[in-house]
Amino acid sequence: MPGKLKVKIVAGRHLPVMDRASDLTDAFVEVKFGNTTFKTDVYLKSLNPQWNSEWFKFEVDDEDLQDEPLQITVLDHDTYSANDAIGKVYIDIDPLLYSEAATVISGWFPIYDTIHGIRGEINVVVKVDLFNDLNRFRQSSCGVKFFCTTSIPKCYRAVIIHGFVEELVVNEDPEYQWIDRIRTPRASNEARQRLISLMSGELQRKIGLKVLEMRGNAVVGYLQCFDLEGESGLVVRAIGTACTLDKLSSPAAFLPACNSPSKEMKESPLVHPPSHGCRSTHNSPIHTATGSRLTQNFSVSVPTLIYTGMGSGSAGKEGGPFKALLRQQTQSALEQRGGSPHRFCRRREFPFFTLTAFPPGFLVHVGGVVSARSVKLLDRIHNPAFVGIMGNTRSYKLLDWNSFNSDEPETRDAWWAEIRQEIKSHAKALGCHAVVGYSESTSICEEVCILSASGTAAVLNPRFLQDGTVEGCLEQRLEENLPAGCGFCHIPYDELNMPFPAHLTYCNNCRKQKVPDVLFTTIDLPVDATVIGKGCLIQARLCRLKKKAQAEANATAISNLLPFMEYEVHTQLMNKLKLKAMNALFGLRIQITVGENMLMGLASATGVYLAALPTPGGIQIAGKTPNDGSYEQHISHMQKKINDTIAKNKELYEINPPEISEEIIGSPIPEPRQRSRLLRSQSESSDEVTELDLSHGKKDAFVLEIDDTDAMEDVHSLLTDVPPPSGFYSCNTEIMPGINNWTSEIQMFTSVRVIRLSSLNLTNQALNKNFNDLCENLLKSLYFKLRSMIPCCLCHVNFTVSLPEDELIQVTVTAVAITFDKNQALQTTKTHAEKLLQRASTDNEELLQFPLELCSDSLPSHPFPPAKEHLESASSNSGIPAAQRAVTVEKASPMGEGNFRNRSAPPCANSTVGVVKMTPLSFIPGAKITKYLGIINMFFIRETTSLREEGGVSGFLHAFIAEVFAMVRAHVAALGGNAVVSYIMKQCVFMENPNKNQAQCLINVSGDAVVFVRESELEVVSTPQPAASCQPSCTGGEVTT
Amino acid sequence: MTSELDIFVGNTTLIDEDVYRLWLDGYSVSDAVALRVRSGILEQTGATAAVLQSDTMDHYRTFHMLERLLHAPPKLLHQLIFQIPPSRQALLIERYYAFDEAFVREVLGKKLSKGTKKDLDDISTKTGITLKSCRRQFDNFKRVFKVVEEMRGSLVDNIQQHFLLSDRLARDYAAIVFFANNRFETGKKKLQYLSFGDFAFCAELMIQNWTLGAVDSQVDDMDMDLDKEFLQDLKELKVLVADKDLLDLHKSLVCTALRGKLGVFSEMEANFKNLSRGLVNVAAKLTHNKDVRDLFVDLVEKVSCSVGCPLTPSWPVPGLYQCWMLPWTHSSWNPAAPTTGH
Repeated sequence: MPGKLKVKIVAGRHLPVMDRASDLTDAFVEVKFGNTTFKTDVYLKSLNPQWNSEWFKFEVDDEDLQDEPLQITVLDHDTYSANDAIGKVYIDIDPLLYSEAATVISGWFPIYDTIHGIRGEINVVVKVDLFNDLNRFRQSSCGVKFFCTTSIPKCYRAVIIHGFVEELVVNEDPEYQWIDRIRTPRASNEARQRLISLMSGELQRKIGLKVLEMRGNAVVGYLQCFDLEGESGLVVRAIGTACTLDKLSSPAAFLPACNSPSKEMKESPLVHPPSHGCRSTHNSPIHTATGSRLTQNFSVSVPTLIYTGMGSGSAGKEGGPFKALLRQQTQSALEQRGGSPHRFCRRREFPFFTLTAFPPGFLVHVGGVVSARSVKLLDRIHNPAFVGIMGNTRSYKLLDWNSFNSDEPETRDAWWAEIRQEIKSHAKALGCHAVVGYSESTSICEEVCILSASGTAAVLNPRFLQDGTVEGCLEQRLEENLPAGCGFCHIPYDELNMPFPAHLTYCNNCRKQKVPDVLFTTIDLPVDATVIGKGCLIQARLCRLKKKAQAEANATAISNLLPFMEYEVHTQLMNKLKLKAMNALFGLRIQITVGENMLMGLASATGVYLAALPTPGGIQIAGKTPNDGSYEQHISHMQKKINDTIAKNKELYEINPPEISEEIIGSPIPEPRQRSRLLRSQSESSDEVTELDLSHGKKDAFVLEIDDTDAMEDVHSLLTDVPPPSGFYSCNTEIMPGINNWTSEIQMFTSVRVIRLSSLNLTNQALNKNFNDLCENLLKSLYFKLRSMIPCCLCHVNFTVSLPEDELIQVTVTAVAITFDKNQALQTTKTHAEKLLQRASTDNEELLQFPLELCSDSLPSHPFPPAKEHLESASSNSGIPAAQRAVTVEKASPMGEGNFRNRSAPPCANSTVGVVKMTPLSFIPGAKITKYLGIINMFFIRETTSLREEGGVSGFLHAFIAEVFAMVRAHVAALGGNAVVSYIMKQCVFMENPNKNQAQCLINVSGDAVVFVRESELEVVSTPQPAASCQPSCTGGEVTT
Repeated sequence: MTSELDIFVGNTTLIDEDVYRLWLDGYSVSDAVALRVRSGILEQTGATAAVLQSDTMDHYRTFHMLERLLHAPPKLLHQLIFQIPPSRQALLIERYYAFDEAFVREVLGKKLSKGTKKDLDDISTKTGITLKSCRRQFDNFKRVFKVVEEMRGSLVDNIQQHFLLSDRLARDYAAIVFFANNRFETGKKKLQYLSFGDFAFCAELMIQNWTLGAVDSQVDDMDMDLDKEFLQDLKELKVLVADKDLLDLHKSLVCTALRGKLGVFSEMEANFKNLSRGLVNVAAKLTHNKDVRDLFVDLVEKVSCSVGCPLTPSWPVPGLYQCWMLPWTHSSWNPAAPTTGH
């Protein structure tokens, strides 16, 4: 009995009218935790009830505290019939369980109903009294901190980075239980929401346990996902990186000022080159993979793609002695760790890290992208006939699971273990012992499921991985021999025994080590990487038609298609990269989505020009029939167009690499003689690819052969990608390479589009074109909508594709637009500025302590004079900036009822709703994160049976997403925060049935609730006016008034 | 390829002022797109018509969702669904409650009933304002009227408090509510030359001086209903015309007060007796509701006719009010008052 949960229901407002006769509501509240329920009194006839309840106390053990959400239900009392539910609020109390985070949850929560959406708000105060010492919690893993952020959170220091943690739990999906046929949609939705909430809690607790076993105290880069497998159940799985973190108290060792994100995640370089190598890769893995996997009840593991290339599985021999040593050390570090040998040793099998940005010196070399996919058949629960089909041992196990959930995780675990094993071996083949920027995903259609994992093979610095290195590691830049800015580009494998054919040159930076000509990675650009010019978002988009089929036939068809898709996606990426005159991709994310009759591939990455890598060659077009004069002309016309585009892009992205000695770098545009070497761009040609050894010779041009309309299309599509309008940049990494001077205006958004394909005569080309247009138009719309923010950059652009129905394609984009100052010098000498900032932040840190402490017990602060605020907001007419500027002021002003009477006060000045910022990035420009309050992980279902009345599908989804944002903001505000960082919409499943006037949508979002303070305010705060800072407790207090 | 669904949701709700204006003006999405295209936005931004269409739809949807909140502006401030900076909230509210001069002249003084609402299409045709916009404006008038109808305290304050309008707009609404409550006839041809501003000015003076609130600030409806007693008392003004001495005294006081302040001072002085008679006659009849409603008609007809020169904008009714009615304010109907009046 280690905890007492205390809940107080204060008041409600804006409740819906539940009694038509009186136009009022008799509301009361049920507070439920675990199996205990309390009720407030009924507050008669009011839409703004004041319950002011006593403290409801739940005595619970810590396991429940972690698993269970607090469930608050608002009802309308009805004397004669059943009470009507108005809506619910689920509150995750996890943030209250560790000492550094929030101490109280207090604020207005939207009351949410899955059918009607938000219906008023309720003011709740929640506290937890933990009875015993922290040691007790270890058994329940209370106290382990979770972060979605995929870098070491600001205001913490990584003492040890332990490594990969994963867990999954499964259950039956309530939507598919028999009882669902007789219960209302509302009850069914609520059962689902509650179940997922429970499962997430359980999952988090289990992961926490693992972390404790590893003697860590935190999980960074925590990514939790749901697989809605339909009838076969519901899987909640999570991966993360266990760490031991130290709160940075005073000396902000590598805690940079908040302004420049990049500084904080000083990682050292990683990443490695893919390049042509990959072309050749494709075949072999496919063959091997298919062969070996079929033992499973049904599973085809496909791709096994290492982008850097990598031939067969032969593990790369160790390179130079240094590398070998390094590898050994790390390996042993990875293997030794962990106390108890039996249960947790398995985890050490996978030296994976979900981080995408690292402490300085952590990353030594990067080998390239490794990925693996596997196609699996999900089992049906109530279909015994199905068992016969897959009559092998495995299916019994699955069958067992059908009746007994407990077995199932093992099946799923085995699936993932298999994939991870594959990733691990790929990494080995690249001479790397670890995988960074690791992530996993699934795509499910009916009973077919594609499991995917990808990451970047890397060599890490062992010192971070061992216990006992606590102090030394940060200061000690171990790699003296690694010149800053290029070390990570150097190949980790042995050049004489390369796992794949690659084109190596000496590093342009240090001239000592070899580098590949192109580098693909899944991580963020290391801070110390030397980049020339700016980066840009590069996408490869691809559709493939597939016959409709059942079960195995379907899975086989899919697995046959996958390698070709991977191949083409890669070719597209490569072509586009060259077209942009760049030589490296960061943040690469390839998503393969499976639908009834097609497969979609979407790869997004941020292209940059790394100074260390050679200048990319151009693209050469070759015609099949060189004798035909007019054809020749056409070809040369195309060639000219391509060359022009490259030249234009160079200018656009300011890529002006210094001239380097000729022996290393050839002219970017290939000599005509190279035409003889042809690479066909169509998919069917993959077999031939290996035969075309493109890796010798000096400079490779990428040669496209135009021998049919397909190829023509491809070339055209290369040229159709329109660059963003001037003043706009976009990238899918945290920050835009080449832009440092961010200003504080940010706008996070989600945009969703669904198109219906005309079903007639769908061809691959038509599909591709539709898909391409869809993405391009979507981007154009975004640029248009955000035009008032110019100059600005869309960061962390995250595209998700799904195929909800036969002819529907849904694309969801979440990103943040950040303004920057054009006039400031873009390329300030980074290191210099950095140091300055660091010093500054150290100072600030100390200043900050005082006000922070004050705030926890300070009363609602004195509002700024409204006039001032007004001035501030009035000063900009574009609105958005005003919002931001007004933020803090806003929060501090308690709701002054009295002000209303005051004629002279601007009427809108006394808004009570504090501004909460949301961003997918791990930082807030121009501000300093002072506190992490806990993870936000929310799952909502919304359903309607009056779709038309709610404005059709667009109206329905627009309102729902706005509501989700509102609920996230409300939770953050109640925790005392003013922002969500590393925000991600992990799932947005939308289903409609216009004929029945129905629609349903599921959304899952997560992020880290934080408190930030504007840099400009730091000064204000340190002067004797601490109350002005936007602290949580103030917010909470003021909202309750 | 057709777009089934197309939405954009920002953490801070994007408000495009131009699109908001088009929406308020009642244009359909396609009309709005056409108007935006004509504004040259495509050339400026390099966007396509499809992008514009999608953007316009999106904004319209947002406005549609916001409209419910705009009906009770304090809700807009406290709601959690749309994160909107305060300055933008103020702009949304102010623009939503703004009205067209042409429209308000049509309905000023009319009962804000369903009947009037039915006539809106005629007004729309007549004024060229879209029916949608007319409805919004009419509904705004009606909503404000309903909310402040039976409230205590100052009319302008109440409006400001419940609708968070700027001072200026709140005063305009006070005038509209006051006129609607007293059903003053303003639509007659003879009154067409008077602007809403002219009437609003009169309304403000009447609220200040003629209503219950002018005596007692604690009664319901204090700023909306005319003080019956006061109107009764006006009958006694006849003495100003009947008694030669008083007439002269009144004239000299008024003239002293207005000398140099009135463009048409000489005409006024020359016609003082006629003017005064006309005014007093109108004033004396104000005990009947019917006559109260016709107040402005009577003023224009009787007063201006009696002078022989029509009341023109250069000699506007408000001017008359200022000089002639102030002396008759409730607190001091003594003819000696003009000096204190201005």
